[in-house]
Amino acid sequence: MNDVNFSSGPAEGARTFAVPATPVPHYVSRAPFDPYAVDRMTPAQERFYRAAPIVLMWWRFRRHKVAVASGILLIVFYIGILFCEFLAPYGLDSRHTDFIYAPPQAVHFFSDGRLAWPYVEGFDYHLDMTDLRRVYTPDPKKPEPIRFLCRGDSYSWWGVVPGGLHLACPAQGGTLFLLGTDRLGRDMLSRIIYGARISLTVGLVGVAISFTLGILIGGVAGYYGGWTDLLIQRGIEVVQSFPHLPLWMALAAILPVTWSPILVYFGITIILGMIEWTHLARAVRGKLLSLREEDFCTAAVLMGARPARIIGRHLLPSFMSHLIASATLTVPSMILGETALSFLGLGLRAPITSWGVLLSEAQNISVVALYPWLMLPVIPVILTVLAFNFLGDGLRDAADPYH
Amino acid sequence: MLGYLVRRILIMIPTLIAISIVIFIIINLPPGNYFTTYIAELQSQGEHANLAKIAFLEQEYGFNKPLWLQYLYWTVGLLHGNMGFSFLYDEPVTRVVGDRLILTFLVSFTTILFTYVVAFPIGVYSATHQYSLSDYLLTFLGFLGLATPSFLFALVLVYLAHVWFGISIGGLMDPRYLDQPWSWGKALSVFAHIWIPVIVIGTAGTAAMIRRLRANLLDELQKQYVVTARAKGLPPLKLLFKYPLRLALNPFISDIGSLLPHVISGAVVVSVVLSLPTTGPMLLEALRSQDMYLAGSFLMFMAFLTVVGVFLSDIALAMLDPRIRFHATAGQ
Repeated sequence: MNDVNFSSGPAEGARTFAVPATPVPHYVSRAPFDPYAVDRMTPAQERFYRAAPIVLMWWRFRRHKVAVASGILLIVFYIGILFCEFLAPYGLDSRHTDFIYAPPQAVHFFSDGRLAWPYVEGFDYHLDMTDLRRVYTPDPKKPEPIRFLCRGDSYSWWGVVPGGLHLACPAQGGTLFLLGTDRLGRDMLSRIIYGARISLTVGLVGVAISFTLGILIGGVAGYYGGWTDLLIQRGIEVVQSFPHLPLWMALAAILPVTWSPILVYFGITIILGMIEWTHLARAVRGKLLSLREEDFCTAAVLMGARPARIIGRHLLPSFMSHLIASATLTVPSMILGETALSFLGLGLRAPITSWGVLLSEAQNISVVALYPWLMLPVIPVILTVLAFNFLGDGLRDAADPYH
Repeated sequence: MLGYLVRRILIMIPTLIAISIVIFIIINLPPGNYFTTYIAELQSQGEHANLAKIAFLEQEYGFNKPLWLQYLYWTVGLLHGNMGFSFLYDEPVTRVVGDRLILTFLVSFTTILFTYVVAFPIGVYSATHQYSLSDYLLTFLGFLGLATPSFLFALVLVYLAHVWFGISIGGLMDPRYLDQPWSWGKALSVFAHIWIPVIVIGTAGTAAMIRRLRANLLDELQKQYVVTARAKGLPPLKLLFKYPLRLALNPFISDIGSLLPHVISGAVVVSVVLSLPTTGPMLLEALRSQDMYLAGSFLMFMAFLTVVGVFLSDIALAMLDPRIRFHATAGQ
């Protein structure tokens, strides 16, 4: 009975009671005794346990597939705004007076059922005298093959380097309005690409401002506590109890009409940043209040470090990742704020071209009904805002890798 | 509870004063005033302004007095229900905004109601059916709703309504009721039109609310007492409504504070797009022409609405949740 149990051996406990038939030879291991044998890790484990926080964050972030995709999309967008002049088929202000309110031209890849060089169909134009509107009909007999990496409208890259190379240009004497044209016959696609330069940077500059304000004010409130904290808290509540948009509108109305476009641009970003800092300040304050009780902070105080050094050197780095995540989440509201202000005519004005400025052309219901392609700047706005939201979500999840 | 109430009201007063100061400063920041803009405009058209009347008005409204005195006049007037004089419309502000304020209030209130009614079932559903196909779908829609700015949404809706139904969906009532006294017909017409702005303005808030309710409810559903109750054989629906849901409901009330400013902001732009007879377009006009009493009193009214909304939500929360009540008194 015992023997059976011993040899089949599923029950570990049975072994202690079993009496072996022959005595087991005495066994001594010659290897040196290692008391940490159990604690030792395989290289893979070691890599995991010893990974720096930033690496852990990256691993964590990588798991959020949508956030990674959003991040890549945003990187592409931001690289794109470096090369607007090259990417846009036309210049920002090149007018085509023969093609006012021309509808989008579709790209064709097949001609008579055979694969062909991508081309668009040229327009037949006539004026509809009963409706008093321009009618453009694409003519299949007028294929206009698209040229790539070609000479087109000349530009100066960032106002410095002169050039004329474009990613895609229309055929000689032809047109290439992939997203239609506006009331002055300007190509919408080119304008959207140029508009990205303003719309995408407004958020970043605004966030930089609100980031600085938030860290400064929140840091002071959280570190000193007491009366300072109470006062700042009330101030934040006052700012937050304003409906943002009306306040933005009121502030934007202050900007003098005589300002140059670049000044208006900075004015608007400062206005956007001046109101959004409250959330960041709150986050900083909350974190500081709990962190300043930690031992390492007390140690720094005892060693005679000044408040600025304690906040900047010891406290801030420990929740910087959180701050970056929440800053990412405030970018979209700034982009939307700029869009809304410009749409209402209080923000940026032509000749600056942002997505909001482009959209302000589509305010009118008749425009929307007759020339719906003027609403297309909506799409990049929504894409950018969605991407920033997902990216911020992913960053926030990744910000605390030890949880 | 009474102590908490008193304390809360006392906090409200300095907040409102601070807000009124900020608004007054903002309104007075642009160089010149309504009259200088007005005279310049008339002169550019080669006309002459009635300088005597303007001088009288400037005198009457203390434009030549020091700023702090102007501020005092304005706030004391506000306390008496006198919102000042709109130079743009040549009428007292109260008369100009009267109907519009009611409509603004109506739209905001309905929007918040809409947010609750929609967010509640969807939030509960997607929390109890976590990671199901419909949960993913609702989450995606929620993100889309969160990301689409309301005025763009309004624009798209205007376009779609035109393409699909061939109608214009602007306005808040049938044109024949404009400038008519309130009647049943007018009220019905308003209710027939109000749902479009309500959906447009409410989408973002609803999406945010759904996400928060879902997260809160998911947290609660994993707790031990839910397991215990389930083990004891409580029917799932009764269990859900009796315990976790009640705890997850706090954001519904506390969110009014963050919801109200959003609703009001959204309403401003959306009402410009949809040409609603609410305060939005008027505020825009007033800001453009430096009609300071009109703009200032509007902003003040909106901020007041928000502060009172936050106050009410705080009180409701304290009544519902003893932890807040006791914490507030213990913290003193």
